[in-house]
Amino acid sequence: MVSGFETHIELSTKTKIFCGCTTQFGGEPNTHCCPVCIGLPGTLPVLNREVVRFAIKAGLAVHGEIARVAKMDRKNYCYPDLSKAYQISQLYAPLIIGGYVELSNGRKIRLHHIHIEEDAGKLIHQHGDTYVDYNRGGVPLIEIVSEPDIRSIDEAKEYVERLQQVMRAIGVSDCKMQEGSMRCDVNISVRPEGSDKFGTRTEIKNMNSINNIAKAMEYEYDRQVDLIESGGKVVQETLRYDDATGTTSSMRSKEDAHDYRYFRDPDLVTINISREEVEELRAELPELPADRYKRYTAELGLPEKDAALLTKYRRISDYFDEACEGVKSPKTVSNFIIGQIFRRTETEADKEIFDVAVSPAALNELVKLLDSGKIRNNLAKSTLEKMLDTGKGALEFISESDMGGLDENALLELCRNAVEGNPKAVDDYKNGKEKAIKALVGNVMKNSRGKADAVAAEAKIKELIG
Amino acid sequence: MGSISKIHDMLVTKQVSCAELTKSYLDEIEKSNGELNAYVNVTPDAALKTAGAVDKKLASGEEIGMLEGVPMTLKDNISTKGIETTCCSKILTGYKPIYDATVWELLQKENAVMLGKTNMDEFAMGSSCETSYFGGAANPFNTNHVAGGSSGGVSSAVGGNIAAYGLGSDTGGSIRQPASFCGVVGLKPTYGAVSRYGLIAYASSLDQIGPITKSVEDASIVFDAISKQDRRDSTSKGGSPTFDKLDNDIKGMKIGIAREYLDGVRDDVKEAVLEAAKVYESLGAEIVYFDLPILKFALPVYYIIACAEASSNLGRYDGIRYGYKTEHYNGTHDMICRTRSEGFGEEVKRRILLGTYVLSAGYYDAYYKKAQNLRGTIISAFNKAFESCDVILAPTVPMTAFEKGNAISDPIETYLTDICTVPVNIAGLPGVSIPCGFNAKGMPIGMQLIGKSFGEAEILNAAYKYQQAAPDKFIDTKWGVKL
Repeated sequence: MVSGFETHIELSTKTKIFCGCTTQFGGEPNTHCCPVCIGLPGTLPVLNREVVRFAIKAGLAVHGEIARVAKMDRKNYCYPDLSKAYQISQLYAPLIIGGYVELSNGRKIRLHHIHIEEDAGKLIHQHGDTYVDYNRGGVPLIEIVSEPDIRSIDEAKEYVERLQQVMRAIGVSDCKMQEGSMRCDVNISVRPEGSDKFGTRTEIKNMNSINNIAKAMEYEYDRQVDLIESGGKVVQETLRYDDATGTTSSMRSKEDAHDYRYFRDPDLVTINISREEVEELRAELPELPADRYKRYTAELGLPEKDAALLTKYRRISDYFDEACEGVKSPKTVSNFIIGQIFRRTETEADKEIFDVAVSPAALNELVKLLDSGKIRNNLAKSTLEKMLDTGKGALEFISESDMGGLDENALLELCRNAVEGNPKAVDDYKNGKEKAIKALVGNVMKNSRGKADAVAAEAKIKELIG
Repeated sequence: MGSISKIHDMLVTKQVSCAELTKSYLDEIEKSNGELNAYVNVTPDAALKTAGAVDKKLASGEEIGMLEGVPMTLKDNISTKGIETTCCSKILTGYKPIYDATVWELLQKENAVMLGKTNMDEFAMGSSCETSYFGGAANPFNTNHVAGGSSGGVSSAVGGNIAAYGLGSDTGGSIRQPASFCGVVGLKPTYGAVSRYGLIAYASSLDQIGPITKSVEDASIVFDAISKQDRRDSTSKGGSPTFDKLDNDIKGMKIGIAREYLDGVRDDVKEAVLEAAKVYESLGAEIVYFDLPILKFALPVYYIIACAEASSNLGRYDGIRYGYKTEHYNGTHDMICRTRSEGFGEEVKRRILLGTYVLSAGYYDAYYKKAQNLRGTIISAFNKAFESCDVILAPTVPMTAFEKGNAISDPIETYLTDICTVPVNIAGLPGVSIPCGFNAKGMPIGMQLIGKSFGEAEILNAAYKYQQAAPDKFIDTKWGVKL
């Protein structure tokens, strides 16, 4: 399988790309509009510089080269949702050239370029009629065009996830596929294993979920392979994916392909980008998810699985980093977040927002109590649950007497009680049942109300049993 | 003294009230518009309302600006809020903009009294005003002749004394050519000097709004009022004031004449222009001849670029949001096809087709790209020419106003009449057409002064000097302000 993606991402600038209207999703039809974005005769676009800045950030985040000079072009086609009968886009001099997205298997999906453009409105079919809503018209988009470097459905899924992750992390888009703020056109072809020649490709338009991308690619891959194996030929065409049937069908053939008659938009001036501006924007970028992932695994020693979960959303990584401030074991922090806090933020949306009752500073305090040996793990865990329930700090639930652990004598006393009170477990252990010791340690922990050091207790018990 | 300042004086000295003045213009329109067909939409109520406001100011002793209360008109491709703006096309019939063009906003602040909207070639495509959906405007010097185009209505109205001045637009000569035909002054400003916001686009990289007036001073006053930088038009830069530089000495000024501009020009026109050159020599200017061979590419370059941009600009007229919509159709696609087929005239369709063709895959490089490259070459050639002269003198049109019906019969022949005007648009330069005589039949002849980028002050100054030296060529002097 050979695949390349064209990914449209709506930028979350406050206003549209060529006028001052809001970019907010939804709203009563045709209320986020003005003469400019509905393309009334005589109106002129004025480029929102914030869009350029957002796009440059996106370009930097995927290692692209930022052009010094960029230009806007008109892409002419006639469709009722396009109020001017052309979309202002970039073809001849895009803002960002090259770049790549690195996957977990180490492969780099190269990018051809990234350009900025305006979104179109939407058609609404109602009561047997068609209406147009231009609220979305003029919302800024970047289109990220990849090289045909994707080789499997898993890679495709990860590519999209990585883009989502990084664009969200740098705050240029919410990348909500269900709301259309991220959409993919998937180009796909097949070729015999070992061949380095590309087959004829088809393009599946406007995919709006990662699941559908996977299903559509699987269907299209099988269709193309079956076709070729039965002696047929793949025809270059544009397809739509039908979610209900799980199949693709033709929208238009190569012969019917649009001739967009691109040309430089005479209404807009050349965009100059100074290196100072690029460096300024680079400095504004937060640590990128890929870099964080590397730091978590290499420097903090977190397992890859933990690092992946913690870097999926920027708010989680920020939370983690803050909670880790000065602690001995970042893994402990990770365990608390993944093991306990994640249970309270079940959906992906919750995780993205990551609105947690316990502040990172409060978690940090709890972990430090644990680090210093003042409390034991079990107590810390149950305390965190109470903190999550109430939003109160750790010290609200841990009394002075809970802290400081047990002295030698008290521990010896508890261990002796455990051994004397559980003769069966002692016998089991003596007969070679290693695990029986756990029951005895558990007894000590219980009676110490979590204050005892489990490792020390086990050693003492072994000593007592002999 | 130009018409605008005369009217201003009359208002200030209370020889006439603004309402009376406005009414007299409206009466005159009533009388002569039937024949001239200059106005396609007269707006007496709005005009009298503004006039009333001006009279109030005058009564209270407030000072008024030079343009305040002066009756004027706008070409029908300049957007006026709540007032039908059709580009004289069927496809925009009934369209009332919901916003004002920047130039109109600026003039409204000056309390300009707009009498109505004036006739033009459909979407400014034409050289005779006859492609107008409402029929062409007539030449005030001889109503069997055309007013020229595309701003034929403004020129006819100003020449015919039914507006003190007007704003037109010039894409390939549409201000200068009709001004020349109607014996008035027409200034096409430097690209970017006047905001295009609200001007319904024909060819965006060439379009420019400018004044059509009876005298050079009037052109200067209006230009100064409308040449402001506008943040709604990215290509707008604003112009520098010209009025205070009108009477500068032109001794030693180098006036260039490119021999190519005189090729194929009718004898009477050529003679009048060379006569004017002599006037300049008598004023102490130096005439320098030079060659500008690249001019032979100006027409094809113009028609390729203008049509390409037009084909894109006019894509939006689909009957969905505003303007004309076909009555019977079967689905959206059919509705759009029928609306456009019925709504656009022949010339507009011809240019849309041409433009679509030159931008098409496989032809883009051969036509559009080549034209763009040549555009660069033409700009350089003008820059070089301006190393050896200060302004360029040329005929505005190779001929005088033709008889009605002649333009429609042969479009290619008509395109050729643009030969002297289009180079200025291609190079984005300022050009002013002023009257320089009459032919044997009494039809006016025009010449143009072409300046360096943003050199409006220089060409208006040179034009003004000529006007002072040859006042009998100007109708302002001949006819004065009619009341």
